[in-house]
Amino acid sequence: MGEFKVHRVRFFNYVPSGIRCVAYNNQSNRLAVSRTDGTVEIYNLSANYFQEKFFPGHESRATEALCWANGQRLFSAGLNGEIIEYDLQALNIKYAMDAFGGPIWSMAASPNGSQLLVGCEDGSVKLFQITPDKIQFERNFDRQKSRILSLSWHPAGTHIAAGSIDYISVFDVKSGSAIHKMLVDRQYMGVSKRKCIIWGVAFLSDGTVISVDSAGKVQFWDSATGTLVKNHLIANADVQSIAISDQEDSFVVGTAEGTVFHFQLVSVTSSSSEKQWVRTKPFQHHTHDVRAVAHSPIALISGGTDTHLVIRPLMEKVEVKNYDAALRKITFPHRRLVSCAKKKQLLLFQFAHHLELWRLGSTVATGKNGDTLPLSKNADHLLHLKTKGPENIICSCISPCGSWIAYSTASRFFLYRLNYEHDNINLQRVSKMPAFLRSALQILFSEDSTKLFVASNQGSVHVIRLLEGSFKHLHTFQPQSGTVESMCLLAVSPDGNWLAASGTSAGVHVYNVKQLKLHCTVPAYNFPVTALAIAPNTNNLVIAHSDQQVFEYSIPDKQYTQWSRTIQKQGFHHLWLQRDTPITHISFHPKRPMHILLHDAYMFCIIDKSLPLPNDKTLLYNPLPPTNESDIIRRRTAHAFKISKKYKPLLFMDLLDERTLVAVERPLDDIIAQLPPPIKKKKFGT
Amino acid sequence: MAALEERFTLTAVPLGSGPDGPLGVEQSDKTDQFLVTDSGRTVILYKVSDQKPLGSWSVKQGQIITCPAVCNFQTGEYIVVHDNKVLRIWNNEDVNLDKVFKATLSTEVYRIHSIQGTEPLVLFKEGAVRGLEALLAEPQQKIETVISDEEVIKWTKFFMVFRHPVLIFITEKHGNYFAYVQKFNSRILSKYTLLLGQEEKSVTQSFSASVDRKFISLMSLSSDGCVYETLIPIHPSDPEKNQRVVRSLLLKSVVSGSARSGVALTILDHDHVAVLGPPLSASKECLSIWNTKFQTLQTSKELPQGTSGQLWYHGENLFMLHGKFLTVIPYKCEVSSLAGALGKLKHSQDPDIHAMTHFVNWETSQGYGLGSQNSEQSKRILRRRKIEVSVQPEVPPSTQLLAAVQKDSEKHIEVELRKFLAVKRTPDFHTIIGDVVIGLLGRYKAEPSFYPRNCLIQLIQTCVLSYSLCPGLMEFALEKTDVQILQLCLQQFPDIPESVTCACLKIFLSIGDDSLQETDINMESVSDYTATIQDAEIEEQTEILQNGFSPEEENCENCAQELIEKPPAATEESTSCPVTGKRAALLNAILHSAYSETFLLPHLKDIPAQHITIFLQYLYFLYLKCSENATMTLPGIHPPTLNQIMDWICLLLDANFTVVVMIPEAKRLLLSLYKFVKSQISICSELNKIEVSFRELQKLNQEKTNRELYSIEVLELF
Repeated sequence: MGEFKVHRVRFFNYVPSGIRCVAYNNQSNRLAVSRTDGTVEIYNLSANYFQEKFFPGHESRATEALCWANGQRLFSAGLNGEIIEYDLQALNIKYAMDAFGGPIWSMAASPNGSQLLVGCEDGSVKLFQITPDKIQFERNFDRQKSRILSLSWHPAGTHIAAGSIDYISVFDVKSGSAIHKMLVDRQYMGVSKRKCIIWGVAFLSDGTVISVDSAGKVQFWDSATGTLVKNHLIANADVQSIAISDQEDSFVVGTAEGTVFHFQLVSVTSSSSEKQWVRTKPFQHHTHDVRAVAHSPIALISGGTDTHLVIRPLMEKVEVKNYDAALRKITFPHRRLVSCAKKKQLLLFQFAHHLELWRLGSTVATGKNGDTLPLSKNADHLLHLKTKGPENIICSCISPCGSWIAYSTASRFFLYRLNYEHDNINLQRVSKMPAFLRSALQILFSEDSTKLFVASNQGSVHVIRLLEGSFKHLHTFQPQSGTVESMCLLAVSPDGNWLAASGTSAGVHVYNVKQLKLHCTVPAYNFPVTALAIAPNTNNLVIAHSDQQVFEYSIPDKQYTQWSRTIQKQGFHHLWLQRDTPITHISFHPKRPMHILLHDAYMFCIIDKSLPLPNDKTLLYNPLPPTNESDIIRRRTAHAFKISKKYKPLLFMDLLDERTLVAVERPLDDIIAQLPPPIKKKKFGT
Repeated sequence: MAALEERFTLTAVPLGSGPDGPLGVEQSDKTDQFLVTDSGRTVILYKVSDQKPLGSWSVKQGQIITCPAVCNFQTGEYIVVHDNKVLRIWNNEDVNLDKVFKATLSTEVYRIHSIQGTEPLVLFKEGAVRGLEALLAEPQQKIETVISDEEVIKWTKFFMVFRHPVLIFITEKHGNYFAYVQKFNSRILSKYTLLLGQEEKSVTQSFSASVDRKFISLMSLSSDGCVYETLIPIHPSDPEKNQRVVRSLLLKSVVSGSARSGVALTILDHDHVAVLGPPLSASKECLSIWNTKFQTLQTSKELPQGTSGQLWYHGENLFMLHGKFLTVIPYKCEVSSLAGALGKLKHSQDPDIHAMTHFVNWETSQGYGLGSQNSEQSKRILRRRKIEVSVQPEVPPSTQLLAAVQKDSEKHIEVELRKFLAVKRTPDFHTIIGDVVIGLLGRYKAEPSFYPRNCLIQLIQTCVLSYSLCPGLMEFALEKTDVQILQLCLQQFPDIPESVTCACLKIFLSIGDDSLQETDINMESVSDYTATIQDAEIEEQTEILQNGFSPEEENCENCAQELIEKPPAATEESTSCPVTGKRAALLNAILHSAYSETFLLPHLKDIPAQHITIFLQYLYFLYLKCSENATMTLPGIHPPTLNQIMDWICLLLDANFTVVVMIPEAKRLLLSLYKFVKSQISICSELNKIEVSFRELQKLNQEKTNRELYSIEVLELF
């Protein structure tokens, strides 16, 4: 396969924000996750836990509550006092509505999905009616003394439990009056001085209310009498979240010590019908506070300050060994945050509120496999571009020539022209962007940097010609009538003739850029597309899906290539299919048309289509370098998948030229080092 | 699990009673205080926990007490009857019975009954019953006759059923027994004829009764040695009619059938009865606790000096006459488990029951009952006879072996055993092995010269035995002080009770070095650390014992100072094992055995302090050996782990601290342990500090790697 010089880049100082809320939707098997910067992500648990959609964050929009209602409508509420509904098709915010109760701490949708309840800073609980296209304020419940931090509906919809500071109230929904007030013991480690915050409540159909609080307790209350039934002290720190399964036979709580506890309703003896709640399994997958938990039918889901989303399958509920049976830890977004100007050897890093432009260094030395070469020139930080306004950046791109940078937030599109004069850079914003270019989900420059392709959130793709310091709108590919799905991924052929665009579920559309018309549509596949690229010369479109399948589709022939058919017939190696991060980038070798380079977070692979495919008996990964000459030759010709796991976690990898690779790594230790310190636990002594 | 605790004598002075024993033991209104009436002239109030009398009252010379004294719980007064008709009532302040309240009745009294929550009742010999208040209002009132002429009241008991008093009394007439149930809420007297069933000739010797919602369960101990149960309805369907009730067999052969006297029975609780009497015809009298549900013997206690056939049970104490002394045995019944209930079995009388198994076969237990009882009872019987059911003729090696065990010579048994072990293991292999062991032990009991040691060792080494499969084996080895078998058992058995473990420990610590020398003990758990010691060990050990304490080490500071001043001596001491290698191997077996602290602690208290000290010294030595290497392990195959060592040190100190702290020899040891704990605490706090420093270092380290934020490397793909 050959020798490469690899620019190993670790200066991309990306830190994901902590997870604040998770909400599981049983109907669509999707998980909504909100982060502390206001970003909301949608994971499709059926599609190998792929992060298929996201809504960019906003500085003033700290999300405190997230819930699904009325089937598949997603609502969030936060400290700015607004309730927001998200448009899951257009990937933007449908509307925001002020609840007029001060910061909102909690929200819950009624069991039938027609009503929404929010708990506010001023102690009010407000009931909203969910109408087909909006929500409408209905009434207030009896106002409480302090903020309402948690809410839960009785499954019948007749009562609610509201957790506040030092007490839990039970309301009758019909009358809106509090029928019980259950005082929680303030004692913390034997000392009663701090306030006891009820971080979470859950109302069971038998009338039991389960509460978790800042004193480390999980308590069971009888809502009919307002009495404490049972008390579990499980942590020395706060218990911050609770989620109950639909069957009400198990629930999960998360603590500030990073521990997740599983409680199950088990029979007292093997034969008796009497059951009691027992703390069954503790899990320690987090180092920091577990701020949010969810309970899917087959897994416990938790997330917190340490930014990981952990999906822990319940082995007793998993029937076959498949994706669902493995523990998942999702740390990095399933999209690209890095773009690269190959000719100028520039890297553009995307952060929440700024962009960084770096120039790679160089070396004159050569070496053999594994050597680190002495640098003749180190990497330079060229540019730090801060966004204007409170909105997070959705996407960004640098042109292959390195003289254009474009990025977009939820409401504005920015295009900059860069001029390089020796070591100085001159940055010039291209003003007067047309009105239709307000927000983009994906931006792409053509190989010769003369055209700009922008995927907007109405399903259309705009084509813009770039001139020196100005631009011209050439065409807009409109979505096919009847579809409103946004395009999230774009790929352009190196010759500039073909443009491929893909949404989250429908097939990939291929447009002819010369004739400005739809050329063909690749048949839709069950799993969402995670990466797209068009090969030079052959104009073969390579598509990677979240189930780890890779297809090659010939655009001129409008059919799958022979190689793609062969590999589909034979099937991928089982270890290839068992990888748990999606392929996020595909590129090609400029001189070797048979090679495809692709990578996920933990490996990169060069597929040599001329070599035989591996079957399940052959070794997919080569763990050690070969020792002697014959071994080298034997290995070189072994099979088509040349895989290296040397660089991880890998956020971006590309071929700069035929002998040079660039790899952007983000070690987890570096992320942890930038998080606040976790709760200290003594390791020694008693 | 039912258990009898250590007995104690209530009074050092023998009661002035004849062979009949005391008239009765009754509760007083204060817990722990009991009224004892002897058959002469005296009533004594005892405080049982203090084992001393609180008061004593006598009637005049020439008078005789005819009915045991009781306490009126409503007034706190005591009531006694002397000369059959004279009623006396007094209280604690009274000194002389002559001067207290006296009432002379018209008819002879059989018993006075008094229980909590109701007024005392007086039962007259003719069967009439009166409340005390009504009687005292008119002492000379006429008392009617209830029972027929030749009927004699044999036994009587008074209950409260749903707050209503119920009295039952049993009469006898020409060998026929009748039960009368008197209910006071309805003033109904019902009469029942007790039918004996098939065992017509037997004489009922003792009764006891308990009551539940609908029935009085009357248990009787018959002269054939069996316990029968009769259910008498509290609410009879037709009270006027004379009804018949049949008794059913509950427990078979609890006492020897030939015992003529001295047998008694009392119900302890729902499932347990206490039986007094000789279990075998020749043996001494015994107090045994039986579980009626599982039909098992829970525990028993020998009363070698004989007893009078009287047994009282009040408030967790069993009272009986032992020799000439009134003895109290506290009885405790904790929540019983099946394993606990099945653990022990009486020694069967029949010579052919030697091979009876002591475990349950759940598959075949259903169909097999003991004797000819009804189906409900046969379900309770979970045991079976091994020989009859499982040993089929087509399994020749095991049959032959079991037969050989009964009669052949030791050599021949060994040959048979080897043959049997050579054959492929059948599913019931371990049950047969258990049978063989029990057979061997049974035969040893019969002929003490027969001592099949080699066979037993071979059997233990099959690794299929457990304590519950052959409960007698370890007791046998303990009796024989056969430390080799004990060591093997400790290594092989997973379920040794703590008391037995502790008994083994006692033997291991007390057995003489010279007798140890001759035994063949598996030394693999004691590797080179004792080997290096063994030559130096003898003089070292004597030195320790002699120099362990000298008068000038009176105060701790001195000792500590001395320890500091003489480091060479201390290190010398630490390198020498305080016990011989063989003893060390035995002690290691103890260290490896499983235990639960709560059960072990009480037994550990019984070990002499000198032995505790030696054991502690050995454990401390092991600890020092452990700390010599980085992994904190001992050399050798299967050595004790550090955790086991530390747990045992803690256990021993917990159990015996007050004793050990007083022993001069242990002073140095305690000091070093104290210093050790102190140093551990400081190490832990230091470690906590170091952890923080390490984190700083780690941070620095991270920064170092962070500096390599960018590099160009060469990668070759193959």
